[in-house]
Amino acid sequence: MRVSYAVREEELQETSTPADVSLRNVVKMFGDTVAVDDITLEIPRGEFFSLLGPSGCGKTTTLGMIGGFETPTSGTILLGDTDVSRVPAYKRDVNTVFQSYALFPHLDIFGNIAFGLRRKRMAKDDIARRVAEALRLVDLPGYERRKVAELSGGQQQRIALARALVNEPRVLLLDEPLGALDLKLRKQMQTELKRIQQDVGITFLYVTHDQEEAMAMSDRLAVMNAGKVEQCGSPREVYEHPATRFVASFLGASNLIDGRVASGAGAALAEVVLSGGERVRVPGERIAQGQSEVSVGIRPEKLHLDPVEEPAREGHNAITGQVTFGTYLGVSNQYVVRGPGDTDLVVYVQNLGLRAPGIGDTVRLSWLPEHTFVV
Amino acid sequence: MRAVRVRLAPYLLSLPGWFWLGLFFLVPIIAVLSVSLQTGNPDTGYNLTWHFSEFGTVLSNYNGELVRSFLYGAISTLAAFVIAYPMAYWIAFHGGRHKSTYLFIILLPFFVSFVIRTLSWQFLLSDNGIVLGTLKNIGVLPQSTHVLSTPFAVIAGLTYNALPYMVLPLYVAIEKIDRRVVRAAGDLYASGAQAFARVILPLSSAGIFAGFLLVFVTNTGDYVNASILGGPGTTMVGNVIQNSYLSNQDYPTASALSSILMVLLLFVIWLYARVFGTEAVEEAVV
Repeated sequence: MRVSYAVREEELQETSTPADVSLRNVVKMFGDTVAVDDITLEIPRGEFFSLLGPSGCGKTTTLGMIGGFETPTSGTILLGDTDVSRVPAYKRDVNTVFQSYALFPHLDIFGNIAFGLRRKRMAKDDIARRVAEALRLVDLPGYERRKVAELSGGQQQRIALARALVNEPRVLLLDEPLGALDLKLRKQMQTELKRIQQDVGITFLYVTHDQEEAMAMSDRLAVMNAGKVEQCGSPREVYEHPATRFVASFLGASNLIDGRVASGAGAALAEVVLSGGERVRVPGERIAQGQSEVSVGIRPEKLHLDPVEEPAREGHNAITGQVTFGTYLGVSNQYVVRGPGDTDLVVYVQNLGLRAPGIGDTVRLSWLPEHTFVV
Repeated sequence: MRAVRVRLAPYLLSLPGWFWLGLFFLVPIIAVLSVSLQTGNPDTGYNLTWHFSEFGTVLSNYNGELVRSFLYGAISTLAAFVIAYPMAYWIAFHGGRHKSTYLFIILLPFFVSFVIRTLSWQFLLSDNGIVLGTLKNIGVLPQSTHVLSTPFAVIAGLTYNALPYMVLPLYVAIEKIDRRVVRAAGDLYASGAQAFARVILPLSSAGIFAGFLLVFVTNTGDYVNASILGGPGTTMVGNVIQNSYLSNQDYPTASALSSILMVLLLFVIWLYARVFGTEAVEEAVV
């Protein structure tokens, strides 16, 4: 990689600060409304971290407080070891890629990218070199003298990224930067962003409401709802073991069936009696001591759909239900099955060319106990 | 046939406008220029004699008034800018729901006639008027203080009368600035003052240009402020033109001075446009 970034990576190995960004009990109120409700997070150096949640969940406000555009009502924000909670934006070693790009329309591309370096009073030659380097990094070499209005949305997006990255900030904040791009370009930029992040080794803090985007790029992510962090972990952890009902439904599709814990909380396998009377086994570690009313969850792609006449699958949980709806999606078939307690369950069946069940057929749904989660 | 009509439509539609301009702009200008080349006197009448030396005569007789006009015009334009920019900025960025109310308040005095407004300034600034009288009575100012008839009074009047013509274009330009761009400047290590100088000010350049143009041209040619608030030492070229034309009926002098004023103003504007770039001119015109 380019010299300057390589130097940074060496630094990275030498210092062993625990986290690049730490939020401790951060609260933000707007009047009587709680926008961010007691958030505590640690983001280690070099991580691609996402704040994921629906609009109005407080993710952008959280980003704004780290960037210095909002002041927390209470709590502490640390960059490395430095408390920056009350430090104005222009004195923070943090740069932002804005949703609207917010490029300077009166400056050319060079002027835009050099803006931060000039404020830092860097030498002219160094600025020119760094700008050229940043343009190469975002795949737009030689664009220095272009005007902002001449560029497409995707190119402006890259310039916004270069304008922030060129300063080599401790943390790069990205506020739904791909929101304005069309689907194809967005997918392409996701890969690109991930590559750039791995190249430069800077901590990325990414805000999005798009769960697929967050899963595709993040090392870890935090799912936010109503100002709180519902769950924080790797995409796999959060998807496979959603901690709350909200996470289970926001991150992908989930089937949730109400039940009562029958035995074995804390044991290897616990037993839950579903509302229809069926007994299913779930990993005991997912049930807290003393918890009795629970919802059992299974992802639609983890369910097997078989005719009831066929023998039950060994070691699987099984319930029966009636097919009420079927949709052909090409790569898969999607069925809705009315299961225990009249709960509608969604099942994805990969299109292997097998005989499709008809509407009204009674079918058996089975899945492995370890694929079960409890919320 | 139809295609031809469609193609000609824009030109045909603009014909009345061209005709109007030709009649009421071009004809008077030619008239003014031709009058400036005439000789004669009010009793026997004037004839076109291509008497170019009139220009030399008025230039040497009234160069003081010309210089004073441009000086007062420039100072009052700058003063109006310094006063108007913070107002326009505040209304655009912090006016909230009441932006149009604030703009209306600025325009409100201008529903009163220009002359009456300036006369009320005369009343305010008179030696024993509300302002000076009060300040003198409480001993803040010595009894001998004059404001009327001084350059200060004329420039203050010019500045005051020009304010809305400065505030409005500035407001329009500042209001258009994307606040997120200002935020981006802060994110890129620019302090408040740097963000203002590097982003807000350049992005409002079209409004600055339009405001300067409107106010400078109007104020340099003005005669009302100098005749109501000024004295013998503050005569502007507008006063000379007015006197020559209406009192002395010396039409060639008035016309020659008007032509000189026009050419000088055009030259200054051309110079100004060269310095600030044509883009700003276009933006200001659009």
